[in-house]
Amino acid sequence: MDAFKSLINYVSNPTILFTAVLVGFPFVFPPTNWFYKVHKKLGIDKLWTKKGLIIMVAITVAFFIFGLGDDNFKKIVLKPDNVPISGLIILLIFFTWLSLSQAYKNDKLIDEGKPVDEYYEAPNDKVLVWPDLVYVELISLILFSAFMLIWSIGLPAPLEEPANPSESPNPAKAPWYFLGLQEMLVYFDPWYAGVVLPTFIIIGLMAIPYIDTDPNGSGYYSYKNRMLSLSIYLFGWLVLWNVLIVIGTFLRGPNWGFFGPFEYWDSHRLEALTNVNLSEIIYIKWLNMGLPSNILLREAPGLLIMFLTFAVTPPLLARTALKSFYERLGSTRYTIFVVLMIFGVLLPVKMYLRWFFNLKYIISMPEFFFNF
Amino acid sequence: MSDKKNIFERIAEGQIWKSIFRGGGAPKSRRQRMMVVLNSVFLHLHPVRLPKHAVKLKFTWCMGGLSFFIFLILTISGILLMFYYRPTIEYAYTDIMDLTEQVPFGIMREIHRWGAHAMVIAVWLHMFRVFMTGSYKPPREFNWSVGVILLVLTLLLSFTGYLLPWDQLAIWAIAVGSNMAGATPFLGAEGPGSSLLAIGDINFITKASDARFGLIGGRFLGEATLLRFYVLHCIGLPFIIMIFMAVHFWRIRKDGGISTPV
Repeated sequence: MDAFKSLINYVSNPTILFTAVLVGFPFVFPPTNWFYKVHKKLGIDKLWTKKGLIIMVAITVAFFIFGLGDDNFKKIVLKPDNVPISGLIILLIFFTWLSLSQAYKNDKLIDEGKPVDEYYEAPNDKVLVWPDLVYVELISLILFSAFMLIWSIGLPAPLEEPANPSESPNPAKAPWYFLGLQEMLVYFDPWYAGVVLPTFIIIGLMAIPYIDTDPNGSGYYSYKNRMLSLSIYLFGWLVLWNVLIVIGTFLRGPNWGFFGPFEYWDSHRLEALTNVNLSEIIYIKWLNMGLPSNILLREAPGLLIMFLTFAVTPPLLARTALKSFYERLGSTRYTIFVVLMIFGVLLPVKMYLRWFFNLKYIISMPEFFFNF
Repeated sequence: MSDKKNIFERIAEGQIWKSIFRGGGAPKSRRQRMMVVLNSVFLHLHPVRLPKHAVKLKFTWCMGGLSFFIFLILTISGILLMFYYRPTIEYAYTDIMDLTEQVPFGIMREIHRWGAHAMVIAVWLHMFRVFMTGSYKPPREFNWSVGVILLVLTLLLSFTGYLLPWDQLAIWAIAVGSNMAGATPFLGAEGPGSSLLAIGDINFITKASDARFGLIGGRFLGEATLLRFYVLHCIGLPFIIMIFMAVHFWRIRKDGGISTPV
């Protein structure tokens, strides 16, 4: 048991957990035909059958039941405000399964040249709102109310000590739905993780219908015909949003240090802070000279990298790998799409740079509070 | 004897009932069933007829409707809580304590808190469903964007409410969140570029004039913050979210109802 627990503690380290998710993701939610073929060949599509659902839910529930036998696990998971997240994990598995099982069924129907499940012949296949919809709504409403009552009776709302601005808890955490962003604070400064990134997420979400202009696949579940857009969305939603929330909630303890699910939250554990800036790596470590006093010269390497990333990469990709994209989307849509994608990719990139090279900032101008 | 009417039938045929529910009696014929939707201000959010997949839970997940229903639960429980809660540092915590300690079987606060979590999750799952069915595609692009705004407003409503119990959990969660505002580019005192907004030696963006100050109504979390968040939570944000909800629901109908395969 203890060996299993320490194994889980070890593999839930963000470095390993996130890498595993990152590598596994394209095979579970293939973005391109090649991945799709491997996905089929490996039989991963069986996840979206009834058996797959039972296995996924059984493993998750078994893990939670097993975990609740452990005091450290129990303490974190049963914290009242964390309970919804455990619920969210199960709901995410179920609804991902529900949408993809229907999508794969429809994919098969489309392949066979048959109409999709949701197809109907107007006006014969229409039903009346009264009573067909109204009673569904009424039943959902009653069941949900009953669920809310049971939840509210069973789990008291948390109320801690009275507010004391001079005594900060360790760790101080934002409300759970923002913990993915708080997790990003490890890798980025507040101006980016707390302000600019959320703004990009909102803009990016609002821009989806104006970037994905393919009119096919509206009004029914499908995967194959919308592979790329679904894969990108699922990556952002499941991995960058929800996995990071789970990490931020369950696996981040005092001083925002990493703690495995079965590990005691020791507030005296020290984290080595040995992160260095790109300018320091280049000028001090490689060139063996001091940092130039001119800010622009000092940050030239970082600025150059950012320039290459945002000004050179998009047109380069437009002529090479993403040529068909560029032709289909036109220059405005293409530019917005690629720039948003680069900002998205920068998150994991910065995470790995931190993990492997202890890189603190690519550009560091504390003089202007500008660190990236 | 069979033509003798029971009490319900007599009420249904009386002047009062008929004046309230036009059409009278239980809707049995197809025409009556259509009229019952058309004649009701609440039901006529719906169309009269729907494609058959639109009433299936496996298609809709009922998450949009549930989000709205939870919003109603939260409004009602929130109004009740407002009777007993005073948004001042002196009373806020003790009022919540009283709700917990003094009310036998009191679960109004639990309904409100767990309802808020449930609404966040329901809104997320609604968005998930809409994406998976490609329902953001033309002609529904704009309504998707309105939905994103509703998502943000839902999170802000939950965030502002988080402070109100005025316990350690509340103020430190808000402290983490509101410190971010101080780092807003140009507009936060600790944000990049804020020192550029200056004339000579006079900085426009200081700790007493930046975005964080505007959010929490002071340099530190205190009385002004509590009142500010209370007003935003109870009046300001609900007002805004209701406007966007009206647009959202209206546009569902105007964009052709629930999405269907072409």
